[in-house]
Amino acid sequence: MNRRNPSLTIGAALVAILTLSAIIGPLALSTDPLAIDLGRALAAPSRSHWLGCDALGRDLFARIIWGARLSLGVSTTVVAISLAVGGLIGGAAALAGGWVDGLVMRGVDIVMAFPGFLLAIALAAILGPGLVDLVIALTAMGWTGYARLVRGEVLSLREREYVEGARALGARPARLLLQHIVPALAGPVTVQATFGIGGIIIAEAALSFLGLGARPPTPSWGNMLDAGRTFILVAPHLTTAPGVAIGLSVLGFNLLGDGLAQLIGRRR
Amino acid sequence: MRRLLRRLAALVPVALGVATLTFALIHLVPGDPVSAMLGDYTAPADVARMRRDLKLDLPLWKQYGDFLSGLAHGDLGQSISQHEPVAQLIREHYPATLELAAAGLAVAIIIAFPLGIIAGADAGGPGDLAAMGFAILGISVPHIYLGPLLMIVFSLDLGWLPLTGRGGLAHLVLPAVTMGTALAAILARMLRQSLVQEIGADYMRTARSMGLSESAALIRHGLRNALTPVITLIGLEAGALLTGSIVTEMIFSWPGLGRLLMTAINNRDYPLVEGCVLTFALSYVFVNLITDFVYSAVDPRIRLG
Repeated sequence: MNRRNPSLTIGAALVAILTLSAIIGPLALSTDPLAIDLGRALAAPSRSHWLGCDALGRDLFARIIWGARLSLGVSTTVVAISLAVGGLIGGAAALAGGWVDGLVMRGVDIVMAFPGFLLAIALAAILGPGLVDLVIALTAMGWTGYARLVRGEVLSLREREYVEGARALGARPARLLLQHIVPALAGPVTVQATFGIGGIIIAEAALSFLGLGARPPTPSWGNMLDAGRTFILVAPHLTTAPGVAIGLSVLGFNLLGDGLAQLIGRRR
Repeated sequence: MRRLLRRLAALVPVALGVATLTFALIHLVPGDPVSAMLGDYTAPADVARMRRDLKLDLPLWKQYGDFLSGLAHGDLGQSISQHEPVAQLIREHYPATLELAAAGLAVAIIIAFPLGIIAGADAGGPGDLAAMGFAILGISVPHIYLGPLLMIVFSLDLGWLPLTGRGGLAHLVLPAVTMGTALAAILARMLRQSLVQEIGADYMRTARSMGLSESAALIRHGLRNALTPVITLIGLEAGALLTGSIVTEMIFSWPGLGRLLMTAINNRDYPLVEGCVLTFALSYVFVNLITDFVYSAVDPRIRLG
């Protein structure tokens, strides 16, 4: 354990567990998350069903593991697309400068003046249910942050001495970008993307909870929480299991983000 | 005062942009609201009549013009599912959401200040570790779990507080804590960071050398200077708090704008969806304006452009 940076160690461990469950879990698991058995409805946790069963007798552990795949899959996809779109727009605006920069950033400001989660709700409601629509709605909410970050970093990096030096030595723009600017961007962007994944996990769960994300029977932590609320008195484990799963995943990404920020800060 | 007016004038293009974005969301995103509302098995004549009633048969620029002029007159159209003017429905539900958001903000501030001060005054020590540990937990627990959890503990097990609905102060506690906890954690972290920076500043050494105790120097001088970034953050997050109320209202059956929006979405009541989204978005813009103001009042070094 890294004693000077426990956030990094704990965060990385939690994220690793989550990633492994999402990738290997569904393959290793023989239980079908969709298999209904009304005889076991609302069963409490036991040796054969580690987390118990839901109202339709479906194995909760299997649903949590499949939910991990959905949650992590959606959130990393959304962050990757947001980063690509936002980074390209922000980076291009910074490099172009002048009125192009002004115009593009006014556009970003308008989208940012709109509350992100509301934008996601409205888009998800209009586009309808479905994973692709869910990804679109969440990406619309997230890309502006990366556009601002990348633009700001590129603007400041461009003026750094080593970049100026490379330019003076005759490096072409493409080479400047790939060899000098992109590597320097990697740190701050990684930190923001790490926090971003945690944020999208919460937003995805909230959309599914509201009935605007993954539709039942597809297991998603958000719609499991929503379904479990009805039985909160008789079977509290139905809400506890997905709640703790979301909480630990988000905690993992937040700690990892803190740890990475500390790591980069110390190096500079 | 002149500055306030100039600032208000600068608000107009942003508000217009937000209104346009809302219109575009509802009218340009693929998916036909009428067939969504009526289902697939409706006679074409009925579909045509409904399109006419909703003025969806007009050219888009005309619809946009009508939307803006209606907006200027406070007319947001007619709700399809509730047969009442959208503006009136919003007026009825908005106070409940404002009340909830204000209570959530109050909870956040009440929790954040002690935590942030404890952590900042004892940076690196056990108090810091405990307070920041609590904070990172607070950020990580989602509303959709915290709400039901609080319900289990405080309504069902202990029976101290009512389960759902809106009424007196007792009804407000659980939803406000649900909404305020994450914000409290974010604010506490920011306050700690800001205090740690101020503690090392020259004026703090002066204050201490003049005989002020560590804690008096911190509270009387350090805190005031550490406050600026915290207030900015409160403003930025207060807007987000408003939309965070959507989930909280659904959990606690709170009769506010968030629940109105979700009902409208489920009924495919597009005029009502448009009105609710617009109200949330404009409130957000307005809160950000107020923040700029409080900000310059607390820190006179910041002059608004």
